[in-house]
Amino acid sequence: MYIAVKGGEQAILNSWRLLAEKRRGDARHAELSLAQIREQLGLAVDRVMVEGSLYDPELAALAIKQAQGDLIEAVFLLRAYRTTLPRLGVSLPIDTGTMRLERRISAIYKDVPGGQVLGATYDYTQRLLDFQLAVANAGPPTAAQESVQSMPPAPRVTDIMGGEGLLAPETPTPGDPVPRDLTREPMEFPADRALRLQNLARGDEGFLLALGYSSQRGYGNTHPFAGEIRQGMVIVEVEPEELGFPVEIGEIEITECQMVNQFAGSASMLPQFTRGYGLTFGACERKAMAMALVDRSLRAEELGETVTAPAQMQEFVLYHSDNVEASGFVQHLKLPHYVDFQSELELVRKLRARHAAHATVSLSPSAGAEAA
Amino acid sequence: MAATETVEGYNFAYLDEHTKRMIRRAILKAIAIPGYQVPFGSREMPLPYGWGTGGIQVTAAVIGPDDVLKVIDQGSDDTTNAVNIRRFFARTTGVKTTERTLEATIIQTRHRIPETPLRDGQILVYQVPIPEMLRWLEPREAETRKMHALSEYGAMHVKLYEDIARHGYIAATYDYPVIVNERYLMRPSPIPKFDNPKMHMNPALQLFGAGREKRIYAVPPYTAVRSLDFEDHPFETQHWDHACELCGAADSFLDEVIMDDRGTRMFVCSDSEYCLSRREKQQPAVA
Amino acid sequence: MMNTISDVPPALAPGFDQPVFDSIKVFRVVADAMAHPGEIKRIDARPPAPAQLMPAAAALCLTLLDFETVLWTQNPHSAVSEYLRFHCGCPVTQTPSQAAFAWIDSTMNMPPLSAFIAGDPEYPDRSTTLLIQVKSLSNASGVRLFGPGIRESIYLDVAGIPAAYWRELQASRAAFPCGIDIVFIWGERIAALPRTTQVVM
Repeated sequence: MYIAVKGGEQAILNSWRLLAEKRRGDARHAELSLAQIREQLGLAVDRVMVEGSLYDPELAALAIKQAQGDLIEAVFLLRAYRTTLPRLGVSLPIDTGTMRLERRISAIYKDVPGGQVLGATYDYTQRLLDFQLAVANAGPPTAAQESVQSMPPAPRVTDIMGGEGLLAPETPTPGDPVPRDLTREPMEFPADRALRLQNLARGDEGFLLALGYSSQRGYGNTHPFAGEIRQGMVIVEVEPEELGFPVEIGEIEITECQMVNQFAGSASMLPQFTRGYGLTFGACERKAMAMALVDRSLRAEELGETVTAPAQMQEFVLYHSDNVEASGFVQHLKLPHYVDFQSELELVRKLRARHAAHATVSLSPSAGAEAA
Repeated sequence: MAATETVEGYNFAYLDEHTKRMIRRAILKAIAIPGYQVPFGSREMPLPYGWGTGGIQVTAAVIGPDDVLKVIDQGSDDTTNAVNIRRFFARTTGVKTTERTLEATIIQTRHRIPETPLRDGQILVYQVPIPEMLRWLEPREAETRKMHALSEYGAMHVKLYEDIARHGYIAATYDYPVIVNERYLMRPSPIPKFDNPKMHMNPALQLFGAGREKRIYAVPPYTAVRSLDFEDHPFETQHWDHACELCGAADSFLDEVIMDDRGTRMFVCSDSEYCLSRREKQQPAVA
Repeated sequence: MMNTISDVPPALAPGFDQPVFDSIKVFRVVADAMAHPGEIKRIDARPPAPAQLMPAAAALCLTLLDFETVLWTQNPHSAVSEYLRFHCGCPVTQTPSQAAFAWIDSTMNMPPLSAFIAGDPEYPDRSTTLLIQVKSLSNASGVRLFGPGIRESIYLDVAGIPAAYWRELQASRAAFPCGIDIVFIWGERIAALPRTTQVVM
C-alpha cells in the first residue's frame, strides 16, 4: 500500500511512451507532416506563434504536432524553446502603414481611400459543414477572380481621421524610452501602455475575448467601433550598429486592429475619439479585436474614467492573461498536496470535536436532516 | 543514485549564463534583505508554472558540478514531481543526486522541511506558488508592496484574531505567516505550520523561488523567523496521538494513508528518507 | 556586438578559464559570504586581470556584472574599466548614484555611503553593491558584528576603513530595508557586510 508511491521514475517513463503512442494514433493512417500543419492548419499556427511570442511557422507547426493539437500546450512548448534563444538584436519598429495588404476593412466609413478589401475571411461563409472537404483529394480550389496580392499600400483609416482633431493622437512617451521587456523582467504596476500591449499580445485569446466581450456588455463600456482592421505582410528591418543604416531581414504576416472609442472629454481634453490597439502575428483577427477592446478599457485610468469593471483593472487583466502561467498553476492542483491536506484534516477534526463538545440538539444528525 | 544520461545542446543546468547571473544577483539581494520578495526576470522553463519553476530556476542558478542534490515533494523523494525535477537536473547537470538529507548540499523542496536538522553550508530551495502573504487580504500588488514598505501588517493580525474570535484558536494550519528578522511578513510557501519552527535560526541558507509570480526571497542562516501569534494565544504546532507505524517516530509530521475501502488508516512519516533511515538503524541487516 | 580579434587591445588580459564553472564557484563563495556576514572566505578562481584589480575583485566582477549592471569606478578610463567593459559588457558611469555595482580601488578618497543608491522602501533591492579593495582583513579583532547570518557575533578588522565610515554605516541601518551592501576584498579573500549587519565599534 504505502510502497505503491515508489517507482515514480518508471511511471513517468511509461507515461512518455503512452503519450508517444497516443500522439501517433492509429498507425494505418499517414503521419502528419509539419508542412501539412503549416499549410492547412495555418490559423492554429498563427495563434501559437502570437501567444508563444515567436514568429516561426515551422516550429509552431512542430509544437502543434507534438502537443496533439492542444494549442495551449503548443504555446508552452514554443515559449520554453524561445527562452533558450540568444538575443541578437532588436528590430526597428514595423510600419503597418506600408503593409502589403491581404485584407483591410473599416466599419466606420462606407468607403475609404484604398478601398475595403475583404480578403480571405470566414465572415460571410454560411457555417454549413462542407462535406466535400471530407473527401480526400478534392483537388485545388478554383482561384479567386481578383488577386489581392498586388494591392498597393493604403493609408491607415485612423491617420485619415486624425487630421480633423477628432481622434486623439497616439504619440510616443516623451523621450521615447526603450519599452521594457516582459520576457526578461517582471511586470510592475502601474504598467505603462507599451508594457500592457506587450502583455496582451502574448495573452490568451479566450481570456481577452471574454474580457473584451464583458466590456461590450456594460462592465466598463467603451463604446467601440472597428476603425480599421488590416492584415498582410510587413517588412522587418534591423539597423546594425556598425552599419548605421537599416537592413531588411524579412517579411512577417500580421493583423492590426484599431478600435475607435467615444470619449466624453475631461477638464483638460475636448470630447473626441480615443483608440484601442490590437496587433498579432499572422491572421488572428478575433484576438486583435479583443485585444484592442481590452487595451482601451485599460486606458480608463489615464483618461480619467472611473475604474469599476474587471477589464479596466490592470492587475486583474495583466496578471491573468498569460495562458502558460494560468494553465500551469491551475493544473498544478494535480500535484500531491497531501501534507497541506493532512493539516486541514487535523483542523476540521478539531473543529468538529469542539462543536461536538458544545453539542446542541440542532447539530445532532437526526435534527439536522431536512425533509427532501 | 545512478546517474541519468545528460542531454546535449543545453548549457549546464539548462539556463544560459546571462539568466543565471540575473538570478544570482537577485539571490544576493534577497539574502541581504531577509524576507523581502525580490522581483526577477523569471524565464519560461520546460516544466509548467506552478510545478516548481521558481525553485528550479533558483537551483539552476546555484548548482555546481560538485553539488549533491536532493529533491522532495510532500516530504518524499519518490513522488512523481520530485522524481521529474531530480531527473531534470541529473540530465542537465550530471550532478550526483541523493535521498539522504545529510549527504545533500542542495535540497529542493515542495511543501516540507526535512525532519533531519540541516547544517551550515546546505541550501534549502523552496518552490513557492504564491509568495505574497498578504495576497488573500489585498489582491493588488501595488497595495501589498506599500504595506510591506510601511510594515503595515495590521490586516494580517486582524485576520488571525478573527479566527480566534470564531474558533477559539488560529485556524491556519499551513502557509502560516511568519515575520523574518522582525521586519518582513513572509509566506513560508505552503509548508505545514509543524515545520515553521525549523525555519528559525536554521544553520542552512533558505532560498524561495516563485517562477510564475517572478519573485525570489531568502532567509539567511541564523535568522529569526517568528510565527505570528498573540500573547494569550501562542503559536503551537500540530501533534498526533499516533507514532509513525513504520519507524515509531513520535516527533515527525505524519501522513494519513487509507489502507482499504473500509477507511482503515495508517499513520506514517511524511519524510520518507527520515523514516527509512530510522528503520535502517533499528534493523541494520535489512538495509 | 561581437568583437573580432583585431578589436582586442593588445594589453587586454583574458577572463575566466571556464566561465560556466568558474562563475558558479565564485557565486557560491560570495553567496556564502553574504549569508555569513563578516566571515572571511577565499575565492579560488584567479582570472588574469590587470594588477589593480585584486583577484577576488576580478572574479566577482566577471561573475556578477553584465550589460544590465551599471558599474561605477573611481577612474572610468583605467585599464580595469577597459577590462571590465570588454569582458562583462557593463556600462561604466561617473555618477555613483546610478551604479548597481561600484568597484572601489582603494579606501583612500572613497565617496561616502550616501553617494550611492540605497533603494527605496518599495524596492529596497534596487541599491548599489560596493566592492571595496582593502589592505587586509581579519576575524581576530576589529568591529563587532551582529545580525542575520551571524550565530552570536563576529569580529572583523578591515584595514583602512576610517572610523567615520563605520559611523556612517551604523547610522544607515536606521533606514532599513534600504541600505548598501558591501563586499570587502583583500587579494583572494572577501568578507561581506549586507545591510542587515549591525556594527559595534
